Amino acid sequence: MPLRPLQQQEAMLKILKYSFYDLIRSRWSYVYFLFYLALGFVLLFLNNDVSKAVITLMNVIIVLIPLIGTIFGVMYYYNSREFTELLLAQPIKRTSIFMGQYFGVAGSLTLSLVLGLGIPFLLYGLMRSNAIFDFSLLLVTGAFLTFIFVGLSFVIAISNENKIKGFGYAVLLWLFLAVVYDGLFLMSLIMFEEYPLDTFSLVATSLNPIDLSRILILLKLDISALLGYTGAIFKKFFGTDMGFLVSMAILLAWTVLPILGLRYKARRKDF
Amino acid sequence: MFMLFLGHLVWARTWTVCPTCEHSSIKQTIQEANAHDTLLIQKGTYREFEILVDKPLILKGMEYPIIDGEKKGEIFRITSDNVTLDGLFIINVGVSYTKDNAAIRVVQSKNFSIQNMVLEQLFFGIYLEKSSHGKVYHNRIIGDAVDEYNSGNGIQLWYSTDVEVRKNHVQGTRDGIYLEFSDRITITDNVSMDNLRYGLHFMFSNHDIYTNNTFENNGAGVAVMFSKFITMKNNTFRKNWGTAAYGMLLKEINDAEISDNTFEENTIGINVEGSNRIKYIDNDFIGNGWAIRVVGACYTNSFKGNNFLYNSFDISYNSKLNDNVFEGNFWSSYTGYDLDKDGVGDVPYRPVKLFSYVVNRTPETIVLLRSLFMDIIDFSERVSPVFTPDNLKDAQPLMKIRP
Repeated sequence: MPLRPLQQQEAMLKILKYSFYDLIRSRWSYVYFLFYLALGFVLLFLNNDVSKAVITLMNVIIVLIPLIGTIFGVMYYYNSREFTELLLAQPIKRTSIFMGQYFGVAGSLTLSLVLGLGIPFLLYGLMRSNAIFDFSLLLVTGAFLTFIFVGLSFVIAISNENKIKGFGYAVLLWLFLAVVYDGLFLMSLIMFEEYPLDTFSLVATSLNPIDLSRILILLKLDISALLGYTGAIFKKFFGTDMGFLVSMAILLAWTVLPILGLRYKARRKDF
Repeated sequence: MFMLFLGHLVWARTWTVCPTCEHSSIKQTIQEANAHDTLLIQKGTYREFEILVDKPLILKGMEYPIIDGEKKGEIFRITSDNVTLDGLFIINVGVSYTKDNAAIRVVQSKNFSIQNMVLEQLFFGIYLEKSSHGKVYHNRIIGDAVDEYNSGNGIQLWYSTDVEVRKNHVQGTRDGIYLEFSDRITITDNVSMDNLRYGLHFMFSNHDIYTNNTFENNGAGVAVMFSKFITMKNNTFRKNWGTAAYGMLLKEINDAEISDNTFEENTIGINVEGSNRIKYIDNDFIGNGWAIRVVGACYTNSFKGNNFLYNSFDISYNSKLNDNVFEGNFWSSYTGYDLDKDGVGDVPYRPVKLFSYVVNRTPETIVLLRSLFMDIIDFSERVSPVFTPDNLKDAQPLMKIRP
């Protein structure tokens, strides 16, 4: 007999909790946490300056977080396949199972990130520094990127029975968004340099969550003011409260889309 | 000697000017006074303009008397040698589209001294015209310029020589300090900020020295153009932000020396164009968009002992030709090593990124700043240069920051 809606929610929370603790107990979560902890301490130790450390950290965050999110997501999905099949035999809704797993993985990764970077910065005196806003923005975009890329990798994994294929697609997706997209972007900017490109570059930046996060952080670090005419255009759009809300909305859309895709796939998939 | 001193006392008279005194007008008292007299101007408001000082006098304000030009025209015009203006508060210079009205204009005079003045609501501030051997010391010039076409310069020197401009504070004018055809000028300890156009502007002026000045948040920074033998030392150029803003703009400058300056958070630290034989020594470039942008035709310049810290681009070039020397600088993005521990990196540093070429060509590509793709491209270019000048490198990069 299927469970009632309230019980469905409880079941999802239970699975979320289980996935979460499963990851927390597994060594990977600790490794990830310790990596950020070490990174934070080393950066602050070497730089002696919170705002400089934030810049360096940005480079790490926009490259590594998506990569780790992608790989973790795919790995977790394939590894817990047997357990998932066991759960599927229970009278629980499929979406509850997959949502639970998704939030468990993304949540524990985000927790590692926030704690791993937060502790060294707090100890170092972030509260007394005026970089606190930049730093929280860094963590917020980091969290968004984790949720986005874990979501995308879950969608890829659920669509591909073949592990190798799934891994391949997931890494390709990361490679595309982190590197290739910018290459194509650059090529098109150079090809169409005769035309006004302001709107195009704004739109193209917004469409890629990695680029969008990068620009958001760069603007908060006030580098935009140093970059002349084009920097000013970006500042005018993303630098205002309106632009900030728009970009947060885009990041949120990027988070919600894979979740919807996951629900759709989970409902239809034949196990 | 004593006789001389006595004689001076006898001959030089002191006049007291105040709104309620026998002498209530500055203009009239000047007419009555003899050469080498002193006018003590008491506290109060004097509504006068076009005050002509045509004999050697000392005009001294007590507790900053206000001289209100009521926006009618020029206020002081000095045409005699040996004139001193001290401690006056001048406001409301008349704005004109045909005449350069100034709060104080010095015309063809020598040994003048303009000190401790406060100028507000002005058009031009202190205008030195074909004058020499004078001193502009410790003045405060506060303008409220909004548009370039109806505002004037704070301190302007035109065909003047051997003038000392010291400890002045200029803000909110068109050009803070402007020199045209003026040689052997020393500009020291001034602050020039929030001006519409340039904080300091040189045109056709040679053998000038400027030291210990601060230029901050000016519309376009500092411009040094068409001049020779300029020495620039210990100045600070900060926060000159904008689409065409420079910490310093060098255009057609030869044989200059630029040392111990600090360029901090400017869109472009130094923009160099057609300038030769310039020595850049021991400067600090911190957090600029471009630390140095070389636009073209710059030969035999040398960059030694500078600190390049956290600039988005250290050096940007627009050609493949390089005749300039980079040696012994510290580059914060240098990643080499120093095996023999002599404090000098063993691998040369290439300060020009490929990305800066791309940005020069298509400015919009700046949105890809700090992206992984650009880093990869820059890295491969650095390993084997194809687009950037092969000999443009610092063969002896410092391992530690120059203190």
